Amino acid sequence: MKVIEAKIVVLGSQGVGKTSLVVRYIGKMFSKHISPTIGASFFTCNINLDNARVKLQVWDTAGQERFRSMAPMYYRNANAALLVFDITSVSSFTAIKGWVKELQSNVPEAMVLSVVGNKSDLEQYRAVTVSEATQFAASIGAHYCETSALHDQQGIDQVFLNTASALLRLSSSNTMSSLRAYDSSDGDDKIPTGCPTEEDATHTGKVELPSWSIDNIAHGDVQKNCC
Amino acid sequence: MASSSKDSFPTTSNQENPPDELEPGACYESILNPTDSFEEFASEMSSSLQERNILLNTKSSTIHEIQSEIGESLKENTQIKSTKSTDDLQGKEESMTASTSNSNLIDQSEDDTDNEKDDYLQSPELVNKEKHVFILSSAGKPIYSRYGNEDKLAGLCGVIQALVSVVEEQNQDILRSITTKDCKAVFLVKGPLILVAVSKSNESETQLVLQLTYAFNQIVSVLTLTQLNRIFEQRRNYDLRRLLSGAERLIDHLLIFMEKDPAFLLGAVRCLPLPEKARENITSAIQSTCSKIRDLVFAIMLAGNQLITLVRMKKYTLHPSDIHLLFNLVRSSESFKTAESWTPICLPKFDSTGFLHGHVSYISEDCQACLLLLTVQRDAFFPLSQAKHTIAEKLRRSNCLVAINDALNRNEELPTTNPLKHIGIPEIRHFMYKCKSTAQLFTSDPISLDKLQDYRIRHKEGGDICEKKVEKLSDIDYVRNYRQFCAQIHCMSTPAKLIFRSNSHDTILAWITHGFELYVTFDPLMEKDQAIRAVDRLLKWIKREEQRIFIMHAPTF
Repeated sequence: MKVIEAKIVVLGSQGVGKTSLVVRYIGKMFSKHISPTIGASFFTCNINLDNARVKLQVWDTAGQERFRSMAPMYYRNANAALLVFDITSVSSFTAIKGWVKELQSNVPEAMVLSVVGNKSDLEQYRAVTVSEATQFAASIGAHYCETSALHDQQGIDQVFLNTASALLRLSSSNTMSSLRAYDSSDGDDKIPTGCPTEEDATHTGKVELPSWSIDNIAHGDVQKNCC
Repeated sequence: MASSSKDSFPTTSNQENPPDELEPGACYESILNPTDSFEEFASEMSSSLQERNILLNTKSSTIHEIQSEIGESLKENTQIKSTKSTDDLQGKEESMTASTSNSNLIDQSEDDTDNEKDDYLQSPELVNKEKHVFILSSAGKPIYSRYGNEDKLAGLCGVIQALVSVVEEQNQDILRSITTKDCKAVFLVKGPLILVAVSKSNESETQLVLQLTYAFNQIVSVLTLTQLNRIFEQRRNYDLRRLLSGAERLIDHLLIFMEKDPAFLLGAVRCLPLPEKARENITSAIQSTCSKIRDLVFAIMLAGNQLITLVRMKKYTLHPSDIHLLFNLVRSSESFKTAESWTPICLPKFDSTGFLHGHVSYISEDCQACLLLLTVQRDAFFPLSQAKHTIAEKLRRSNCLVAINDALNRNEELPTTNPLKHIGIPEIRHFMYKCKSTAQLFTSDPISLDKLQDYRIRHKEGGDICEKKVEKLSDIDYVRNYRQFCAQIHCMSTPAKLIFRSNSHDTILAWITHGFELYVTFDPLMEKDQAIRAVDRLLKWIKREEQRIFIMHAPTF
C-alpha cells in the first residue's frame, strides 16, 4: 500500500472558521466557544483512499493581522493549502487572492490549492456568489467547495478527500521532493503489533489488521522521486 | 479601629521561629523572581518624565543573549535578523493592504454622528460600573475600553489625551490621578500608550497603577515592546486595534482575574498543592525528557491558574507577573484545548523586545494541566511536540495525572482542600500567606476552576455596582477587604508592620516580616492574645505542609 506524508496549511482571514472547519473534520463536532487561534494549531490525520493512505499534517493558522508575518513559517514546505473565506464577507474573499499571490511567489514547489467558502448555512447573507468563487478557483487551478462547519460534515470531508486524492496524483507525477511517499505492506508501520488502531479519518471503512510476526513489519523505503 | 504597631506584637512567634529557621515556604533558591512589585509600582508612580523615557529605551534582549550563548552559527543568526525584519512595519503594511477584513471596523466609526457620542456616555453600558479601564494611543485614538464600544468613545479619549498632554507640555509634569468624591481616575503613560482606570472601588492608587501596568504588559506580550514603539514611531496615528484584534479578550479576562485573585495584589504565584513525591516526579519527567533540547528556556506546567512546576535554563528566572500573563493566556484561550499550538509569546519582564516560541498543549484529555515549552528557536515545534508526548506518557505511568486531578477537583481527603477545617482553628474565617523570598502564595480558599467560571459569567452581565447584603462572604469579598490593609502595609511613606483591626463584622490581622506577609480574618470578638496564638498555630501548620503547598526546589535543565 502506498503511503504519502503531506503538510497542509489552512489560511484565511480572522473569523472565517478555519479552526471550526478543522475541528469539525477531525473531531466531528462543532463548538460555539472556539477562541481565536494564537499562532497556529497542529493536527494530524490519516485519510484512506482506495489504494493508498495519505497522512496529513494540518497547520491551522491564526487569521489575525499580527500573525501575518509568521505565516511563512507555516506554509514553508507545505504541499497543500486550504484557502478559507466567509461567503458573507467580500473582504475575506479578497484576502484569499492575497494569500494565493504570496504562496505563488514564496513556495517554489507545486501545491494543491483548494478554495473553501465557509458558512454556507448563512445563505441569506451571502456576499460572494458561487460563480465568482468558482471562476477564481478555476483561474488558479484549485477546487472550489462550499462548506458549513455548523451543519455539513460531508462537505468538509469532501474537501479533505479531494485534497488527499490530488496529493496522491501529484506524488505520482514525480514533481514534488518534499512530499514523502513510500510503500508499506501493512498499511501503517507506526502501529505496534497487537494494538488496536485508532483512525481519525477513515472514509473507506477498512479495518486495520496489524501484522503479527516481526518479518511483516515494513519500515517503509523512501522513494527517491526527485533529482 | 485600626491600630498599627511596629514591635510588640511579633515577639511571641519570634521565640518559636528561631532566626536560623526559614519561614514557611522559603527555600534557598527560587524559581521566581522575588521582586516586590509594590516597590516597583510605587517607583513607577514617582518617576519623572525623563526617567520614564530613558527606561523605555534601555531594554536589553535576554532572548538574544540566550541565542548567542547557545552559540548558533552565523548563518542562523542572519536568519533571525531577516525574519525579524519581516516582523516590522513594512511587512505589516503590505499585509494590511492584502487583508482588508478589518475595514469594517473603520466603517463603523465613520457612521457615528457627534450626537450619538454625547448620549453614549450616559448609556447603561457605561454608567454605574465599578471600574472602567480605557487604553488609547498618545495621539488620542481609542484602543480598548472595558465596557461599551471604544469606537464611540473617541470624544472621551480626546479629552483624556488633552488632559495628559496639557500637564506634560505646559507644566513639565506627569498627570497621575484625579480624585473626586466617590471616584478615582488613575493615569499611566507608557511608551506610546495612555492607560486610564476610573474606579469607585476601594483599591489604592498604587493598586490601580499595578493593574494598568499589567494591562500594558498584556499588550506588550502580544506585540513586543519593540514592535509597539516602532509602529507609533512610524505612524503616530495608527489604529492599534488592527493588531490587537482577538487580544481584547485577554485584557478583559486579565482585568477580571486581577480583581479576583490576590496573587496580583501580592505579586506572588499560586501553586497547585501536590504531594511532594508527585511534584518531584513531574519535575524529573520534564527534566529527563528535555535535557537534550538545547534551545528550551522554560518548561512550565500549570493548571487552573496555579503553577505545578517550572523547569528553567540555568541563570534565568521568571517574574511572577510574566507567569500571571501565561496563566491568563492559557485560561482565556479555549483553542489550546483542541490541539497542540505553536504560539509566539513575549514575556515583558523576561525580555520585552522579542518573542519566545511556545509549544502549548494540554497534557491529556482527562487532565486539565497545560504544558508550555518556551524556546528561542522558531523551528523547534516537532522536537517539542515529541517531548510533550514523552512527558505525558511518563506522567501517566507514574500516576501523576491522578494526583493533579485530585488536587484540581479538590478531593476531600487532601489537607489542602479545606485548610481551615484541617488546621482546626474555628475562629479563623480566611487567610492568605505570601512567602516573600519565593514569591509564592497560599490562601485558605484556593480558587477552583468552576468558581472562576461563575465569576466570569456573572461579570459579563454586569460589573455594575450593587449594594447587596451578603450573608456569607466569598473569597473574593475577603480579598476585597484585604486591599486597604495591603495598601497600608506597602505604603511608601509610612509603612505599617502590623495591623490589627476589629469591628462588628470581623477582626482582621495583617502582618509583614522580612520573610512573609500574612492576612487573616477572624470572628469579630477576637482578643489580641487569642489572635497571636491562632496565628502561631497557623504558621506552624503552613510550615508543616510547606512541601505540599509550595514549590521548594528550583530545578534547571
